[in-house]
Amino acid sequence: MAGKTLYDKLWDAHVVRTQDDGTCLLYIDRHLVHEVTSPQAFEGLRLAGRKPWRVAANLATPDHNVPTTPPENGGRAQGITDPVARLQVETLDNNCDEFGITEFKMDDIRQGIVHVISPEQGATLPGMTLVCGDSHTSTHGALGALAHGIGTSEVEHVLATQCLIQRKSKNMLVSIDGAVGAGVTAKDIVLAVIGEIGTAGGTGYAIEFGGKGIRDLSIEGRMTVCNMAIEGGARAGMVAVDQKTIDYVKGRPYAPTDGQWEMAVAAWRELHSDDDAQFDHVVHINGADIQPQVTWGTSPEMVVPVDGRVPDPAQQDDAVKADGMRAALVYMGLEANTPINTISIDKAFIGSCTNSRIEDLRAAAVVAKGRKVADNVKLAMVVPGSGLVKAQAEKEGLDKIFIDAGFEWREPGCSMCLAMNADKLEPGERCASTSNRNFEGRQGQGGRTHLVSPAMAAAAAVAGHFVDVREIGE
Amino acid sequence: MEKFEKMTGLVAPMDRSNVDTDAIIPKQFLKSIKRSGFGPNLFDEWRYLDHGEPGIDNSVRPLNPDFVLNQPRYQGASILLARENFGCGSSREHAPWALLDYGFRVIIAPSYADIFFNNCFKNGILPIVLDAQVVDGLFQAVAANEGYALSVDLEAQTVITPDGKSIAFDVEEFRQHCLLNGLDDIGLTLQHVDDIRVYETRRKQEAPWLF
Repeated sequence: MAGKTLYDKLWDAHVVRTQDDGTCLLYIDRHLVHEVTSPQAFEGLRLAGRKPWRVAANLATPDHNVPTTPPENGGRAQGITDPVARLQVETLDNNCDEFGITEFKMDDIRQGIVHVISPEQGATLPGMTLVCGDSHTSTHGALGALAHGIGTSEVEHVLATQCLIQRKSKNMLVSIDGAVGAGVTAKDIVLAVIGEIGTAGGTGYAIEFGGKGIRDLSIEGRMTVCNMAIEGGARAGMVAVDQKTIDYVKGRPYAPTDGQWEMAVAAWRELHSDDDAQFDHVVHINGADIQPQVTWGTSPEMVVPVDGRVPDPAQQDDAVKADGMRAALVYMGLEANTPINTISIDKAFIGSCTNSRIEDLRAAAVVAKGRKVADNVKLAMVVPGSGLVKAQAEKEGLDKIFIDAGFEWREPGCSMCLAMNADKLEPGERCASTSNRNFEGRQGQGGRTHLVSPAMAAAAAVAGHFVDVREIGE
Repeated sequence: MEKFEKMTGLVAPMDRSNVDTDAIIPKQFLKSIKRSGFGPNLFDEWRYLDHGEPGIDNSVRPLNPDFVLNQPRYQGASILLARENFGCGSSREHAPWALLDYGFRVIIAPSYADIFFNNCFKNGILPIVLDAQVVDGLFQAVAANEGYALSVDLEAQTVITPDGKSIAFDVEEFRQHCLLNGLDDIGLTLQHVDDIRVYETRRKQEAPWLF
């Protein structure tokens, strides 16, 4: 019998029961909750007279709607000014209070983007099943967990039963063979992967990311890669546990302690695919071939290296794809064959669940240090992923570097990744963004998003246009 | 959940691939704490010429005459014909809520994003997967014939064209069962409370740090 993949092991350990047709009841160890996708689920519980099955499995924080403006500028100290957004956050607070769920409220230093705070607290552990009403839940797979996004009906289902009704996905391995070059980051790796497999390439699969290019990454970098598994169509992305994983978890508030720590580590060391495991699909990408990436269109698969050009739909044989490319060029206000490094930007956004961890801010600060945001850039903002990331960055003096360079230094939240709060693009504005989606209107109606790494976003902010971060140096 | 057995409905074509859930229902409408009322804002940025916000009167907003759902021939459509990877992106269940509230009970496409596909079944919407060439043929038929309607029979797993041609589709048995009977997932799962308890007891021994 063939060995098991990491996904097989995680899946098998959580099956409560299997029906004749293969549908399973899967046990969920951790459920993360935020304000946008939970109110209808809590209301459903109340209407049915149900209680959460296991209150301690849940952890909540408001992130999508919270203001990120600093307190001195009339920011979150005054509360949320948008009454609809305020009601949604208050509803989360009330629901968590009513059902006894731990919540890091807006004024708690542990508050932040749900996918940043859970690993930070050790609430995401190797070997767990973890879900959240948010597609970027795939992030947590970086720690060797099975993690994926769910809809609100399933949020209610997990609250009520601690389980989900699921069918197993197929296994895909994406291997980054060999080391990536200097200046090439986790974000460039995952954008290159999506460029290769397409936005639906992972549909129906759970993706394990492996190879030297992945093993060399920090846990934060692996989170960036797994975060965008969903942009490749895969609900779950994951990376095998190694010593880095164990070192990352140790000592965090929710991590096991004392006698349980040794027991947990012994179990976690098994969380890798067996040598003879069979994958349904394997993709190899040569690490040395990956360059810093910039998206040019309205889908994350519309991506090219920074030294490339905007592609020409006339060269695309597939008629539906060519139509999609033409529509994207119109929306983005770009001409085919334009060199990427000549495209000017209006705004830069460094943040989001993809790229707002301390390592991301350090990488951007290296580029920003001693430089100034270009005159044509109206706004360059840095939004830390959590209150604790913000505090750490301030301890290292990164805030000062950014502020001196002309960046705005903000409070933690999802911010301009999806523009549910006041941070958004105006129609026609072009943004270098470290977020995960360049969809039409994602960062504001008519806004034009180019996805890049934190270092590349900082480089674009100081140059005023896209530029290869490897050329401007430290 | 409302049960789904069979229906006949007017077909509206959404002729672009990778339609994401941000396009289906833009983020500003996600601030609602209700499940209903999203229909007037379905495809908001494509459908209207101005910028929409929650709470404004949509009936007085300028419509984009070029947008497919604004064309008189597609008024009252209940079947949406779509392209590859429909519903990609955000997990927001507001997307199927908006489609349902607008009046769509069936979507036909060559492929869907996983989370959206799953969310549809939880809300009484049937997302049918048909071969890309068949879907292409349906797009041509819809364009050529005003009032083009299809009949969908979930139990028989067939789509019937106006000329009587039957197209078979696959659907997972359990999903079909739940949709045909309008079953509540949570109620079904709670029939297995004992299994969940047994699992938890065993798991507490194996991995006590998870509890």
